[in-house]
Amino acid sequence: MTSGLAAPAHLPPPGIVGLDPAWSRLVTTPDHRGVDCTWHLLDNGADEAPLTLLCVHGNPSWSFLWRNLVAAAPPGVRVIAVDQLDMGFSERTGCRRRLADRVADLVALTDALGLDGPVVTVAHDWGGPISLGWALHTHRRTPGSLHGMVLTNTAVHQPAGSPAPSLIRAARTRGLLRTVTVNTTTFLRGAVELSRPRLTADVRAGFLAPYATPARREAIADFVADIPLDDSHPSSEALEAIAAGLDELNETPALLLWGPSDPVFSDLYLHDLETRLPHAHVHRFVGASHFVSEQADVVGAVLAWINRPALAASGQPASTGRVPLWDELDRRRDSEAIAVAELGGDDVRVIDFADLRARVMAFGTGMIDSGIRRGDRVALMIPPGIDLTVALYACWRIGAVAVLVDSGLGPTNMRRALTSANPRHLVGVTRALSAARVLRWPGRRIAVDEGGSWSRSALRVESTMTELEARAAGRPEPDAPDATDDAVIVFTSGSTGPSKGVVYRHDQLQAQRDQLRDLYSIGSDDRLVAAFAPFALFGPALGITSAVPDMHIAHPGTLTAAALGDAVADIDATLVFTSPAALANVVSTADELHGAELGGVRLVMSAGAPVNPALLGRTLELFPNADVHTPYGMTEVLPVADISLRELGPATGGAGVCVGRPCRDVTVAVCELDHLGVASGVPSAAVGVQGEVVIRADHVKDRYDRLWLTEHRSTQPEGWHRSGDVGLLDHEGRLWIGGRLEHLIITDRGPVAPVPVELAAEATTPVRRAAAVAIGPVGTQVIAVVVETEGAPRRGRLARTELTDAVRAEVERELDLPVAAVLEVRALPVDRRHNSKIDRSRVARWASDVLAGKRWARQ
Amino acid sequence: MGAPVRVLVTGATSAIGGAVVERLLTRGDEVTTLQRRPCGTPDPRREILGDITDARLVGEAVAGQDAVVHLAAKVAATGPWADFVRVNVDGTRAVAEAARRAGVTRLVHVSSPSVAHGGHALVGAGAAPADPSATRGSYATSKALAERVALGTRSSSLAVLAVRPHLVWGPGDTQLVGRLVERAQAGRLAMVGTGAALVDSTYLDNAADALVAAVDHAPALSGEALVVSNGEPRPIGELVSRIVSAAGLGGPTLRVPPSVAFIAGLVIERLWDRLGRTDDPPMTSFLAEQLSTAHWFDQRRTREALDWIPAVSLELGFERLTDWYRQQPH
Repeated sequence: MTSGLAAPAHLPPPGIVGLDPAWSRLVTTPDHRGVDCTWHLLDNGADEAPLTLLCVHGNPSWSFLWRNLVAAAPPGVRVIAVDQLDMGFSERTGCRRRLADRVADLVALTDALGLDGPVVTVAHDWGGPISLGWALHTHRRTPGSLHGMVLTNTAVHQPAGSPAPSLIRAARTRGLLRTVTVNTTTFLRGAVELSRPRLTADVRAGFLAPYATPARREAIADFVADIPLDDSHPSSEALEAIAAGLDELNETPALLLWGPSDPVFSDLYLHDLETRLPHAHVHRFVGASHFVSEQADVVGAVLAWINRPALAASGQPASTGRVPLWDELDRRRDSEAIAVAELGGDDVRVIDFADLRARVMAFGTGMIDSGIRRGDRVALMIPPGIDLTVALYACWRIGAVAVLVDSGLGPTNMRRALTSANPRHLVGVTRALSAARVLRWPGRRIAVDEGGSWSRSALRVESTMTELEARAAGRPEPDAPDATDDAVIVFTSGSTGPSKGVVYRHDQLQAQRDQLRDLYSIGSDDRLVAAFAPFALFGPALGITSAVPDMHIAHPGTLTAAALGDAVADIDATLVFTSPAALANVVSTADELHGAELGGVRLVMSAGAPVNPALLGRTLELFPNADVHTPYGMTEVLPVADISLRELGPATGGAGVCVGRPCRDVTVAVCELDHLGVASGVPSAAVGVQGEVVIRADHVKDRYDRLWLTEHRSTQPEGWHRSGDVGLLDHEGRLWIGGRLEHLIITDRGPVAPVPVELAAEATTPVRRAAAVAIGPVGTQVIAVVVETEGAPRRGRLARTELTDAVRAEVERELDLPVAAVLEVRALPVDRRHNSKIDRSRVARWASDVLAGKRWARQ
Repeated sequence: MGAPVRVLVTGATSAIGGAVVERLLTRGDEVTTLQRRPCGTPDPRREILGDITDARLVGEAVAGQDAVVHLAAKVAATGPWADFVRVNVDGTRAVAEAARRAGVTRLVHVSSPSVAHGGHALVGAGAAPADPSATRGSYATSKALAERVALGTRSSSLAVLAVRPHLVWGPGDTQLVGRLVERAQAGRLAMVGTGAALVDSTYLDNAADALVAAVDHAPALSGEALVVSNGEPRPIGELVSRIVSAAGLGGPTLRVPPSVAFIAGLVIERLWDRLGRTDDPPMTSFLAEQLSTAHWFDQRRTREALDWIPAVSLELGFERLTDWYRQQPH
């Protein structure tokens, strides 16, 4: 069958952005019919290279898509990017090619090129099935020659129960196809122009370059027409064969790189590929869309991936000798001691250990009964308290992976968290179910609250916790998971970009529990008031009574002294776990207390951010018999180090905030910074060396979820967790934190950590808080200090001369560093989750604008 | 730096010119000056009075010199374009050509950071090549052409280095300090924009030190352009306040939005041209931009190339300026 006009292949015209004319070649070889056809391809010409990347574009596109990969390929890697026949600058043959033809064409080409060495395929869009067809053919013909497959925004199958992308269906409408694809540039420009974030003008021009006339666009229509929307389509069988053949490639490494904002190849197709290639590494570039390689670091990911050490599939070996997370529940199966108390208004709900264990077993069994399997992800959107404890321990007990989406993330990051983790089930309170409804989240719902039948159907609730627990009667106890199974996914606060999913296995959570028990000498006679979400959940695992005070857990600043006093009194607490924002409010509402309610507390732990010394002092007055501890750590590993108030008092100096000594069995080292602030050094425990803090411990997270590149980079050198914090170890073995790596100010004298500058500025009256930020290009940045004062306008102003002089003098005296400008604001922006960490990136953007001459504006 | 050097300094009447001459003499160089009016050099026999576009005179001045520091220029906010071309472009050509013919080995051409940019904020910027198509205003455009002319004269025997000091100020400076103080005294010192835009400036002594270093290092740096500043950018409002308060005056009392100032500047420039006025206009479009957008520079290359660092910090500079004003007769 033929369509359109024939035209010979030719080299791309000069001047296309990012394209080196030296890469372009024309290769003539018989196609699937045996007819000679000429291909245009990009080839970096590394003939004897031990590895070749074979790159296949989709529709409408051409080898231009892979120019940055060709440019970045290191020695030893050959990159060949083809223009498919009738596409790009390859020959216009007049032949309408279907999927099977295109696979055969590609095989014929690589045979002609003599490509038989190790190959990794790289593909995008409808290049995906073609490259996989080629991969299957090659794998069957020469086992061992296919070394990997990289797929970006593509598909091999229309998942059952979902419609094909509406854009494709629209383009396929009878009578419309040729109008939008060939006679006009609607489809072509649509694909290129609608890409978000928007492609630059020269890149858009590059994509359009080979498709100037209708005759050159014939194959765009052929491609769209060749997408099998149903089983009767001529290419349906070929596509199904490729999809089914992926089973044979389950030993071949695979990397799936995805722009999830793609209106055509959405997450739906990513998840389909993940079920077909369960061993694949996955990275979702949040914010990127269809042309993901134009919008995210696909090149970096591919090059890191082909260079990764060839090691066994998954992370760290299990740490042994620990008991399961529910062990204390089993031991207390007959105990009438209170496990969890939940205070709300005038109401106190309590559950004893015997009942808690029974409910955990019953709900777990009920979940299995409703189809939840070991390894399934279950989102829990329940405020801390009895129901969350039951649901969480039940998930752990049956091997389901709890996805903890806390409302402290804020709506955008909550939605992103849910989308990226892709749980199949949701256990939630009514508010959460309503949100899921609004988001059109597709999974199955279990309600925590009993509602009327109307709300049940409106919220698409399948069952309730109570119903599932009732179904369990008389069933045997469920099987327990392995220690190396995934246990939970939690999320970073997202103060520096989209929040990341962090996966912990059972043994890693066990290690975290044991670490906490050890660090704070928690014994069976301790009782815990938990006003800090993550640790609120460990009470039952530690075998101690815990109480959740009456507060909005997502807003720690809502904890009042009275509410804390009630919770402490209710269980006669010995431990209080909280955060600086909560403590600040407790201190400011302290007159609600009558007197000695808090006298029985022996230890107050404040996590999430450093507590300022003044607040600590007043906290101690409220807890006359307690010491105050602050653990240092992050969502990926907590605790890393710990410091008590007694030690903190004398620990001031130029290096930042002292966070104490590393916990037992935790190794802390620093990777020294170079002149441009890159932490290029090897991990070292040398005293006084400023660098990125790296950590080794049994309770470090297993991995980031669907963020392969992030995971890879955060675990170099292997076995360490790169914290992204800058710090140093002093001669007493204490760790000092100077800020985040990305907030370093890279001056012409080298990198400057922000926290020491801020501490110096905060020593000046009337400064309440300060943020030191970088202005200008890396290597010649100057320091701006933005201070928070009572009288400043909301939009900010240049600090008055006296204040400027005072801040400069203090920073100069303490650190011998110059400050270019001092700006004054009424309030610095802080993070949502802890309400205490200054959002330095936002401050830096604001200050950069203001100091470039733009108008004053609210941050 | 070894044996005494014979140096011609053009435009030595300015504060910076005087400071360069003084430094060269102190270290034992033989200095000749060329400018229109007597500059007060200690050795009047080595002072040539006249115009730098006078080829014969310039030829006489460069004869026997090892190096030339070319400072002479028309610096003004308005005026006929032809005047700028005559002094800045043709004058530079006359000096550079004469130097080449006379076998001078080093030419330090004093330029301006404004030759490479116009209209947008400069944040930690490097020294881009002079670009007359990007500049704003007659001064910057003519200086861009002049820098090209100067660098174009370089050869294997003549090293040419362009040095671009940014906002030079100090005791006795009439360009920046003098104008600011004059306006503050007249109560018409206005701040364009927010006053927060970061700007670099150069204390007079540092600029002079850099030019002397340029004389010494020119052979290794031929063809380059280097921006010179104190490397201590400050919000423009702070800088202006500190300069006028050194003179015992109060800071700006008026605020003008940048867009208003820019348009007013355009109108005033036309008006001044039409009226043939030669005095300083209250605002120009160039000045409006300079005052309302950031202008600060990456100093790493400059400091490395000249093996120079500013000896006088801004803080010390403000103190010296204050002392100087205290000693002035009222």
